[in-house]
Amino acid sequence: MKMVHIIAAGLAALGLTATASALEGDAHAPEKREWIFSGPFGTYADGDHGERYQLQRGLQVYQEVCASCHSLDLISFRNLGQAAGPFWDERFENPNDNTVVMQIAANYQIWDGPNDDGDMFQRPGIPADYFPAPFENEQMARAANAGALPPDLSLIVKARSHGADYIYALLTGYGEAPEGTDLSPGQYYNEYFTGGAIAMAAPISFDGQVEYADGTEATVEQMAEDVTVFLAWASDPHMEARKSMGLMVLLYLFVFAILVYLAYRQVWANVEH
Amino acid sequence: MSGPSTYEPKSGFTRWLDDRLPIIRLGWDSFVDFPTPRNLNYWWTFGGILAVFLMIQIISGIILAMHYVPHESMAFDSVERIRRDVNFGWMIQSMHANGAAFFFVAVYLHMFRGLYYGSYKAPREILWILGVVIYLLMMATAFMGYVLPWGQMSYWGAMVITNLIGALPFVGDAIREWLWGGFSVGQATLNRFFSLHYLLPFVIAGVVGLHIWALHVPGNGNPVGLDVRKGDSGKKDTLPFHPYYTVKDGFAIIVYLMVFATFVFFMPNVLGHADNFIEANPLSTPAHIVPEWYFLPFYAILRAVTFDIGPIDAKLGGVLAMFGAIAILFVLPWLDTSRVRSMRYRPLTRWFFIFFVLACLGLGWCGAKNPDDLVFVMGHDAEGHEVGFKFLWFGQLLTLYYFAYFLVILPIMGIIEKPKERPASIEAAVLGTDKS
Repeated sequence: MKMVHIIAAGLAALGLTATASALEGDAHAPEKREWIFSGPFGTYADGDHGERYQLQRGLQVYQEVCASCHSLDLISFRNLGQAAGPFWDERFENPNDNTVVMQIAANYQIWDGPNDDGDMFQRPGIPADYFPAPFENEQMARAANAGALPPDLSLIVKARSHGADYIYALLTGYGEAPEGTDLSPGQYYNEYFTGGAIAMAAPISFDGQVEYADGTEATVEQMAEDVTVFLAWASDPHMEARKSMGLMVLLYLFVFAILVYLAYRQVWANVEH
Repeated sequence: MSGPSTYEPKSGFTRWLDDRLPIIRLGWDSFVDFPTPRNLNYWWTFGGILAVFLMIQIISGIILAMHYVPHESMAFDSVERIRRDVNFGWMIQSMHANGAAFFFVAVYLHMFRGLYYGSYKAPREILWILGVVIYLLMMATAFMGYVLPWGQMSYWGAMVITNLIGALPFVGDAIREWLWGGFSVGQATLNRFFSLHYLLPFVIAGVVGLHIWALHVPGNGNPVGLDVRKGDSGKKDTLPFHPYYTVKDGFAIIVYLMVFATFVFFMPNVLGHADNFIEANPLSTPAHIVPEWYFLPFYAILRAVTFDIGPIDAKLGGVLAMFGAIAILFVLPWLDTSRVRSMRYRPLTRWFFIFFVLACLGLGWCGAKNPDDLVFVMGHDAEGHEVGFKFLWFGQLLTLYYFAYFLVILPIMGIIEKPKERPASIEAAVLGTDKS
């Protein structure tokens, strides 16, 4: 059938995708993993009633481990309570009313001002505030990290090829440098990092580094996976809405295509072509 | 537009209007009664698909422009804000970015259709040239659009492409500074690219109007490449555009939209580059700077010229080859000496055409690779490094074939090739044994 041509067009597009993503550095390629959010039906929900325990644990790892060096500039506290977020609760349609989110925000001191006297001041956070950055500017961040700049994590999963697979591989990929590797002081060996020498020390280094509020055993692998899922959410917070709308759109177009195809057969039924 | 109009206004208002502004008549003659060859296959549906995608791009783009901030310190975050905080912004942004890619897939298939079925030959030269103008405008629009999110690949892609202009002798530097609005890609560049990115799609829409006008004078070509017969027998060669081709195009558009939706909703970022999720940083050059996939074949041609040609140095040579690869399309109607339109009846040239398509895909592959990477390994040198056939050489070979197809193969084939016997008419082709 001539339909084959149209399918071929789609495949051509896919083929070009493969070419475009074939550009990698010389680092070890990360292993492909099955994530809770993988596939067209994947979501972040892992509780019996749609709770998102893994996102909550990942947030805890970010707060207790990553946040001492890495900012999360694009995420506000209210995002934690929005649909498909770690603390999404249908009782609070407006995430600014979410009590858990308000509590988390209030634990942070946010610089604000100037007040009527012209002074800057600190106040407890509210859901509309963004996660405060650990360093005031790039120079301060570099000075505290042997010259290296810890990247902002808001988009990190989308900003690295292999995405979540790469982040997990990097977090668990520290090891002894092979013979002949040149490591400067303050550098560590990680086979998944381009060039192998990374300025970040293994951030997740021993079991029980975080004490999970939900009682999950905090193994290194568990913490790495949890924080990776959290960062994947931070990169793409509307993924669940995107996929569920995509299914509706495809279903609609599929039914529409069948109807139009039948109309096409009907119209052309008595015409030689 | 070809042939007498069959429109008859039915109501008092339409009669009144028809005497003053016969716009309903124009629509009727162009898209309802328009006589269309009855043997068009699905390759002819990409014109309609392209019209749909031009509309998708313009509508989604106008909405994005309401939220986008063309400032070097705010552009990146404003795009993220669209994705995160604007209602359905994630969908509109994804439609616009992936829409550009699907626009190019459709335009390439549309162009290969034209090349295979000889759609550029008399009396359709102007139609073809207008198409090439649209393609050039699309490339300019897409290039400037890719700069707007102000990611690393946006910035460095803009840097590489605008620097090409600097290769022109004498005037290159001046033109480059004029384009930049400064001494580097910066705020002025971003702001003017935004302005032009908003302007050019409407220019495209205007040229599309001319393209359709030029189409409706000689009418559609068709897979057997024969003219519609004059007079009453011509009626047996054609069908009215509506409902026959509205329904066929409609079906193809929906199927194409399904593939599009799969990308928009389930893999919105696979056609992009991870580095573009890092904000532009003039102090940090990415390891590999690559253009969007739809420019990769031309990128490969640009990099294929690594040697000086007389007074032309390698850089200028590459730029000339790249622009020449597009410019040659303008004169194609006069390079092909064969009067047989459809490749179905050109047994030898047909194979050269198939290799031409493969060469274009191969050039795209070369454009995505580092020129020093190996297509295949042939052994090891004294130090143990792999040696073999470099992508550079592969790209050079394919570039040679690209130009030879237009400059050598098509001119010669028209003279030496003996075409296969063609059916007497479109009607005979449809009713006869030729149904491929």
